[in-house]
Amino acid sequence: MTDTVGIVIVSHSKDIAKGTADMVRQMVGSEVKVAFCGGNPDGGLGTNVPLIIEAINQVWSPKGVAILVDLGGAETNSEMAIEMLPESRRDRVVVCNAPVVEGAVMAATEAASGATLEAVRRTAEELTPV
Amino acid sequence: MSLEPEMLKSLVKAAAEQVIASAAELTALDQAIGDGDHGANMKRGFEAVLGKLDTIAVLPPGEALKSIGKTLVMTVGGASGPLYGSFFLAAGDALSNKQLPADLADVFGSGVNAVSARGRSKAGEKTMLDVLFPVLETLQSEAASPDLIARVRTIAHEAVARTAPMQATKGRASYLGARSVGHVDPGARSSCVLVHAVCDTLEARS
Repeated sequence: MTDTVGIVIVSHSKDIAKGTADMVRQMVGSEVKVAFCGGNPDGGLGTNVPLIIEAINQVWSPKGVAILVDLGGAETNSEMAIEMLPESRRDRVVVCNAPVVEGAVMAATEAASGATLEAVRRTAEELTPV
Repeated sequence: MSLEPEMLKSLVKAAAEQVIASAAELTALDQAIGDGDHGANMKRGFEAVLGKLDTIAVLPPGEALKSIGKTLVMTVGGASGPLYGSFFLAAGDALSNKQLPADLADVFGSGVNAVSARGRSKAGEKTMLDVLFPVLETLQSEAASPDLIARVRTIAHEAVARTAPMQATKGRASYLGARSVGHVDPGARSSCVLVHAVCDTLEARS
């Protein structure tokens, strides 16, 4: 039971994604696996399905993976990336409807306690204004 | 019309080339109400499709469409990748057990519904769907018309213009609220470019 939910941060900017991952590592510690990606296939601002798939696989855990995204295309591309995973993994990856920085810190904090994917998602999404 | 490799190749080539040629226009439209990357993203995606043209053209038509979809998903890098990607993936799936031209509206409709589901969007929200739905309706209601190709071309063109007065409620342009009014939607325009490329190719062959 040492597995924890993996966290993936997807931003249009690689710098934002990396900065967010740095904050998570500093505030939550290294017991939670965190991967990040940002930028389009040419390295400009944007998001990129192959990199998202790679990030999910990097932090893969049987408990699942929670993805935090910034703007529209990051969400759409993350959903697409999930659909392109092997069928056995697809339903254990979720995109959290939460602000990327705060959501990632909250999700990772919850994940560090060994929580389920659903609990991780819920904790991140508590930040979302209704 | 059966979708033979040579025809398929002409269609894909024309679609890709016309999108690539429209990149500057699409970017200009996207700079007005989006983040200005639609032209570059579509160009990158369709250049990747062109690069695989010979491989794609020899596949069974349904598989060819799916290959185009997957290529767009993996290379576009913006929201339009999954949106257009989903169109071609779903249309390809539908085509696997249908016949052209009889089932053209069904196949196209499967693609349009996939875009709608992926974007959680419907008609009237200033998106590519505001071109795709009217084209679908024309394919359904005027399937038997001898002028079908010309009608589709006109409908798509007019549908793009009709996105200008709409206020965006989906996609990046929705952040602008009322300020999105007065600009043509870049996704609607790129959908029109693709539809026109298909019309041009079919007309040249008929």
